[in-house]
Amino acid sequence: MGYPHPIHSSETPVLSTHFGDAPARTVAGWQERGGYAALKAALAMAPTEIIDTVKASGLRGRGGAGFPTGLKWSFMPTGDGKPHYLVCNADESEPGTFKDREIMRWTPHALIEGCAIASYAIGAEQCYIYIRGEFTEPWSIMEAAVAEAYAEGVLGDHAMGSKHRIDMVLHRGAGAYICGEETALMNSLEGKRGNPRIKPPFPAQAGLFGRPTTINNVETLAAVPHILTRGAEWYAGLCAGNKKSTGTKLISVCGHVMKPGNYELTMGTAMSELIFDMCGGMRPGRTLKAVIPGGSSVPILNAAEADTCILDYEGVVEAGSMLGSGGMIVMDDSTDMVYEIYRLAKFYAHESCAQCTQCREGTAWTTKILARILAGKGTVEDLDLLLDLADNMTGKTICVLSDSCAAPVVSGIKKFRNEFDDYLTAKKAPVLVGI
Amino acid sequence: MSTDCVSVTIDGCTIEVPKGTTIIEAAKQAGVLVPHYCYHPSLPSPAVCRMCLVEVEKAPKLLPACVTAVADGQVVHVHSPSAEKARESVLEFLLINHPLDCPICDQAGECELQDYVFYEGRSGTRYGDYPKRFNPVEVFGPDVLYVPNRCILCTRCVRFMDSVADAPVLNVSERGDRAFIGIDPDHALDHPWAGNVVDLCPVGSLISQDFLHKARAWDLDTTASICSGCSQGCNVMIDTRDDVVVRIRPRANLEVNRHFMCDHGRMHYRWMNRGDRTEAPLVREGDRLRATDWETALEHLAKSLGDAGPDVVLLASANVSTEGLGLLKRLVGDTALATTVLVPSGPEEPLVGIPDLALRAERVANASGARLLGYDTDWKAATGNLSRAKRVVLVDLPLDAELQRLLDESHARVVVLGTVDESWSEAVDLVLPMSSLVEEDGTFINRDGRVQRFQAAKGAPGMARPAWWVAAAAWARHAPDRTAEETAAEAFLTVASQVPSLDGITHGTLGFGGRRVVAAGAVG
Repeated sequence: MGYPHPIHSSETPVLSTHFGDAPARTVAGWQERGGYAALKAALAMAPTEIIDTVKASGLRGRGGAGFPTGLKWSFMPTGDGKPHYLVCNADESEPGTFKDREIMRWTPHALIEGCAIASYAIGAEQCYIYIRGEFTEPWSIMEAAVAEAYAEGVLGDHAMGSKHRIDMVLHRGAGAYICGEETALMNSLEGKRGNPRIKPPFPAQAGLFGRPTTINNVETLAAVPHILTRGAEWYAGLCAGNKKSTGTKLISVCGHVMKPGNYELTMGTAMSELIFDMCGGMRPGRTLKAVIPGGSSVPILNAAEADTCILDYEGVVEAGSMLGSGGMIVMDDSTDMVYEIYRLAKFYAHESCAQCTQCREGTAWTTKILARILAGKGTVEDLDLLLDLADNMTGKTICVLSDSCAAPVVSGIKKFRNEFDDYLTAKKAPVLVGI
Repeated sequence: MSTDCVSVTIDGCTIEVPKGTTIIEAAKQAGVLVPHYCYHPSLPSPAVCRMCLVEVEKAPKLLPACVTAVADGQVVHVHSPSAEKARESVLEFLLINHPLDCPICDQAGECELQDYVFYEGRSGTRYGDYPKRFNPVEVFGPDVLYVPNRCILCTRCVRFMDSVADAPVLNVSERGDRAFIGIDPDHALDHPWAGNVVDLCPVGSLISQDFLHKARAWDLDTTASICSGCSQGCNVMIDTRDDVVVRIRPRANLEVNRHFMCDHGRMHYRWMNRGDRTEAPLVREGDRLRATDWETALEHLAKSLGDAGPDVVLLASANVSTEGLGLLKRLVGDTALATTVLVPSGPEEPLVGIPDLALRAERVANASGARLLGYDTDWKAATGNLSRAKRVVLVDLPLDAELQRLLDESHARVVVLGTVDESWSEAVDLVLPMSSLVEEDGTFINRDGRVQRFQAAKGAPGMARPAWWVAAAAWARHAPDRTAEETAAEAFLTVASQVPSLDGITHGTLGFGGRRVVAAGAVG
């Protein structure tokens, strides 16, 4: 299978095996493909056994932060008598990222199974899946799948015929990017304005409705059934680079490559192999200029850095950026980097929740300065100002949206200074007018 | 060091504070002000203004002092270069969309944005000539105006209405730099405690229409006082300009009203500026009242009461000070037919987020004081006695039609201690001008049995004197061995010596925080 392109021989299909395989969307279809065996087995195991297996597999959070999943689960208190919650973050809004969407579109039961196992492992009887508002098709597919899972006894008071209750509620977001931040997501789920919360307390102490909560990304949870079925050792063995990064990672490639799409790679695959082999390279006659490797929030890599970059958590950091969500934006030499950075800043200015001063005012001000540069009215001092604002916006706010706006600005000015200079010295004609 | 305490060093000053204390509160004890906007000790802390970021040794990032609890051995730098740069940047960010309209802003002079920019902000702007955010002024409620252009989105007002008033009509609307404070379109900001958002607002964004353009902050004289709107006894500040009361604000007292007061009390000040005051003693001469001096008036008073013997009824407002009520009672003696205070009532309006704080049904300040001094509050019984009385002494009571009718029916001669000039009837022999509670020092005893001092905020008109002074001077005339009290503090000592629960208390030992002297409910 594979969607929209056939699976490339260098890919390691685990999560994407059934992409494009519509019959896998039903409970029966999923069971025929080996589904729900892991859940059945899990419900017969002790929760700590599951957590230990996930720990041993080396699975790390696929939403962006890369926090070890088993460790996160083990933070949940036991025997506290309070309701626990599992929240699945399916609010995939990071520009350039579209992997969770495909998981939900093609293999909804992979996610339901992963959620059910995780719920059981952390002592939760209630799971919430928070789906991005714009995801109309994944929403209806997930809705049908959850309804069928209830009808087939997969979920409910006796999940898979066991004595354990696992309930699952789908919640549709209203379109705010910030609601993908885990604490803002919990506020949104509670019916409040989607503002990130101050940590501590961490979700495992006081999360959703003030109860111990674990929040995981779609891709993370979808990987769990495979780990239980095929073993932690197998998963940990899927590693071509640093030993701390195991398993497979879905990379959403977009931009100026011949074959954009989702590619599932063993951790540690070279970025150049992904771009130039699997994705068919750049458009004819064009050369690689820049890559944003992990969704719009991470620093930009130039061509040289991209060339040697290894795609795992440690490798991308070494190259000067972050693996993030795995949303890879590839840009060729036709790209105007100043405009690109302006466009990113405008996004963050629009999506800032307005709580923290630096973010609310800083993202908008940064955008205005970049617009002025693009209008041919910038000065050399504007670059210093941008860098100082970026410094004032980094590490000072409740969540990292502000840092995310600053990161491309700083890396952009550092790595593509000549393009800024072209606007400042009128070597390049203004592209924005009326500013 | 006790196990419940931790030791922390803030800007070089090492102090011990209870576990769980936030850095911002610990810093106060160390004498260090951590600049802040969103933090308020009576509201939940959201840590959103990011103004209180401080450097904590060994922490990787600057930490918000308002939500970070101190840890033992922690070393905090409020004035390190990195913390100062962070604050300077917050001020810069706040100012890029803040109009520089201080010359026409009511908050100027008591504005926290102005103050902190003056202390730690940049002298110039780097914003350039971009237009600032603009939104029109909105009327939020009967008194509150919202000027969104000045708003720094600290959300104190939203949190007050949400978690203290439990009337969540405000929110943050929109996102990013388009955000503003929104109001529920189906509601107004008309909660009985809504006026507090004006005090809470650190800038001139939420302002009072009542106070709009009335005075500049630096032209005001501020006096510590007690609200006389009800028996709660909220601690207040009276702001006067040129001897005219222009505003009443809450004064923090964690045991009475925390940082709040209700709108009834806040707006209850126009009477303080009345111009139709009685300014000189008047004695009856045939069919008219003639102005005279205090000597003559006091002579008349002493004689009038002496002639009446025990057939005296004393009717007073329960907004007369403890000193006044105490000495008046001494003046008329224990044998008087009745000594009664008038206690008007109204609906109770609680501020639900603060325990034991409400606009109370008893709409006077000193009913508890009056009860403690042996006054009665049974108005019907007292007025029933009027027919038997030879003398009626009225103290600071409005002469309404009902009271006038009762006086006309009785054959008693009337002595008035009053603040307001009225068309006195034939029955009135003597009118003695009295200062109002904002024109004298004294104490009230609130519903919880708490004695609290207030101070004179403005001068009394003409020859008006405090009620205690009149009572003391007249009393001293009865016998040569008596000495009249000369200050409110002396008057209080006299009163306190007669009441066991007040024994040993003086104005000096009370300070301006007050002290509870009887169990709650004992006098309520």
